[in-house]
Amino acid sequence: MRAGGRASRPTGGRAIDRVLTADAVSFAYGAHSVLDRVTLEVGSGEFVALVGPNGSGKSTLLRIMLGLLRPASGSVQIFGASPRHLQERWRVGYVPQRSSAAGDVPVTVEEVVATGRLARRGWWRRPGPADRSAVDHALRAVALSDLRHRPVRELSGGQEQRVLIARALAGDPELLVLDEPVAGVDAESQQLFRDSLVHLVREHRAAVLLVSHELGAVADDLDRIVVLRHRVVFDGPPSELARRGVSLGVHAEDLPLWLEGLR
Amino acid sequence: MGLPLPWPFDRDYMQLALAAGLVVGACGPLIGAFLVQRRLALMGDGLGHLAFAGIAAGLLLAVWPVWTAMIAAVGGAIAIEWLRSRGRASGDLALALFFYGGLAGGAVLSSRATGADANVVPWLFGSILTVEPGDVWTVVALGGFVVASVALAGRALLSVVLDEEAARVAGLPVDLLNTLLAVLASVTIVAAMRVVGVLLVAALMVLPVASARLLARSFRTTLLAASAIGAGSVVAGLWLARRFALAPGGTIVLVAAAVFAVVASAGTGSGVHSPAPPGTTDR
Repeated sequence: MRAGGRASRPTGGRAIDRVLTADAVSFAYGAHSVLDRVTLEVGSGEFVALVGPNGSGKSTLLRIMLGLLRPASGSVQIFGASPRHLQERWRVGYVPQRSSAAGDVPVTVEEVVATGRLARRGWWRRPGPADRSAVDHALRAVALSDLRHRPVRELSGGQEQRVLIARALAGDPELLVLDEPVAGVDAESQQLFRDSLVHLVREHRAAVLLVSHELGAVADDLDRIVVLRHRVVFDGPPSELARRGVSLGVHAEDLPLWLEGLR
Repeated sequence: MGLPLPWPFDRDYMQLALAAGLVVGACGPLIGAFLVQRRLALMGDGLGHLAFAGIAAGLLLAVWPVWTAMIAAVGGAIAIEWLRSRGRASGDLALALFFYGGLAGGAVLSSRATGADANVVPWLFGSILTVEPGDVWTVVALGGFVVASVALAGRALLSVVLDEEAARVAGLPVDLLNTLLAVLASVTIVAAMRVVGVLLVAALMVLPVASARLLARSFRTTLLAASAIGAGSVVAGLWLARRFALAPGGTIVLVAAAVFAVVASAGTGSGVHSPAPPGTTDR
């Protein structure tokens, strides 16, 4: 049940609902300009990657799009509303950079994932069958069902990241935003991570915006890549990037070299 | 009350002490668990110092000290939370400002208070053996408020202390919940003042959690275990205090500390290799 105004634009006869739009967003930390009139769209069901070297403004743009920062100029809309005024916050699933899902007090995988349902049902309400079912589904999507009662502090880095993804999936979002989710994560977890994203896009028609240095695992599934270096220097399908001779297995250190060709 | 309980709880005054102590021993760790998760284990200590200033003000003004302690603790907790959320001062510095200010303020105010009731020592170390039925009802009411709040907002509070930014993106009222946690901490401290005194009140909130986190595997069982350890420490502490004529407040806290020492050295639990000592703040 999707409510709320949403602008559509026709693309080759197929209307795409714009889920997330950034329009001429600029931001500076003091005198240091980080984002310069960045315009970016993500449509419903699209799988978009946002890449750029360190300091390119990716994280800042992400924080502005999620309503954690205000842009100096320009505007952002999520599901037709500004991020701070969006009422149905559960429509956005956010997977932050993995600082830590654990803390000083033990907490199980299931307990962390269950917090992903709070926005959907109302934080003061007790969990019901729909919540339990959504948590089960999210755990299955990241292949962590067997570890649901394990304390998070006993997990590997890759497993911990999958917990955070499951937490975001539990709310049954229509837009999933992930910030560097596979940095330093083992290959098996990367593959599982890719499977869960593809599941979300194909089965749930959700949109995915992935900020990452490492796109190898999802290279074949991406609809678009946006390259950011304070401004958008490329926005198009991976095939276009490949045509320009760029491999999607690039790591952060390689980016500055081939960005020259994109200016 | 006159319930037929075994020694040492056969006398009325011990039964009143037990009632107040059990409520505090069970409820304190509930809030302590959230503070420890947030690396604010020392906050209870500092709020206790602020409460002391409030008590001294109450004694000076001949007002029921529980009210003035509540105002001082709640006001201070909200102010600390305001500073923390705006990053105005690092956690330790902000706390130090309030804590030593509170303690010093209390010392100055109490020096001006006169009269037989102006003795602050019972408030510093607790006077559980002189609680009256009215005090017990106050403690029960405050404890009930804490339990009801945790029952209602516990999952949301967990979400916030685990990952405040993700909670904010998800649309949870993070500022409100942080303020609620600060208020709950203050209420717990004021309730616990009579049992162990403002100087030891944080110990009763944090030490049972320190033990429980080594034994439990989930947040829920940590809460339950910490609550049980807190209540058990009160029972054992009162027993020892009556048996050996010891200060009950200190004895209760020593029991809780002994439990932690045993659990930590036994090395049981869920494979935590080097548990952080209680009260460690990490910046």
